[in-house]
Amino acid sequence: MSWTWFHRLGSPPYIYNLAARLTPWFAWPAALLMLGGLYDGLVLSPPDYQQGDGFRMMYVHVPTAYLSVMIYTTMAICAAVGLIWRIKVAHAVAASCAPIGASITLCALVTGSLWGAPMWGTYWEWDPRLTSELILLFLYLGYMGLRSATEDVQRADRISAVLAIVGVVNVPIIHFSVVWWNSLHQGSTLLRADGPAIATSMLIPLLMMLLGFTLFFVAVLLVRLRGEILSRERSASWIREAVTP
Amino acid sequence: MKTLSDFLDMGGYAGYIWPSYVLTFLVVVLNVVWARRLLARSREEARRRLAMRSGGGAAGTGGAGGTAAPTQAGEAT
Repeated sequence: MSWTWFHRLGSPPYIYNLAARLTPWFAWPAALLMLGGLYDGLVLSPPDYQQGDGFRMMYVHVPTAYLSVMIYTTMAICAAVGLIWRIKVAHAVAASCAPIGASITLCALVTGSLWGAPMWGTYWEWDPRLTSELILLFLYLGYMGLRSATEDVQRADRISAVLAIVGVVNVPIIHFSVVWWNSLHQGSTLLRADGPAIATSMLIPLLMMLLGFTLFFVAVLLVRLRGEILSRERSASWIREAVTP
Repeated sequence: MKTLSDFLDMGGYAGYIWPSYVLTFLVVVLNVVWARRLLARSREEARRRLAMRSGGGAAGTGGAGGTAAPTQAGEAT
């Protein structure tokens, strides 16, 4: 079996060019899915029998909350790959994930708070789900702070990777917090043993939003990754080709 | 049939729904803007470095990362 494909994945020029080629294939479907999900979610889907139109918060809260955890997991896996196999591109991916993840986590927290206010009667509670999600935001910020405080890029890669890997313990805590503890937050609607507990007319826009946000993340990640690779590989001669207009 | 003001009122939840959607929209747009700005800045910086180096005369003195590319770069120019 040939391993060239694997080695190519560790090659900065290959990844730089691949990222440039792939970006539109993620960006345009993301835009279409998000616009479609927005229209379907705000206009077409019927009001909830309990929450009325308040449930429409779901179409921005659930995708951002899911992304906040998904991006962190991606970041930690890439950091681990970079640390174990010393692959520079993997560290570059991890570093590119952090600012996207931090902003999305903040968005999940604020939209959740704005959903909690009318439904629970409070913007914030030191509830297991809410608290672990807040810790996730601090993990992202800590990761970014650690990187920017460490001048040598390779050292920053190693130190921040350790933080990212240790912090991954928070991911199952976020997911299972509503099961393990008595939480204000409702349980999982989609990932259930007995199948999604949601009407199809509400599920379809949610799935469009979930897929749209995922593709959006990949598109933004690919753009950031190219910038990250360029700034790391200043001395490499392939860059002349990459930056010549 | 729902009127526009009914829609905007969101069954009384307008004060919660619309700020959430506006914030999410801003986060999405800003992520795109920031990512593009990062890439543009990195390209600009790389271009400046190359210009400085070619001014000094020695091009292609890259380290380990540059060993795979010289033939490619030669073909393109």
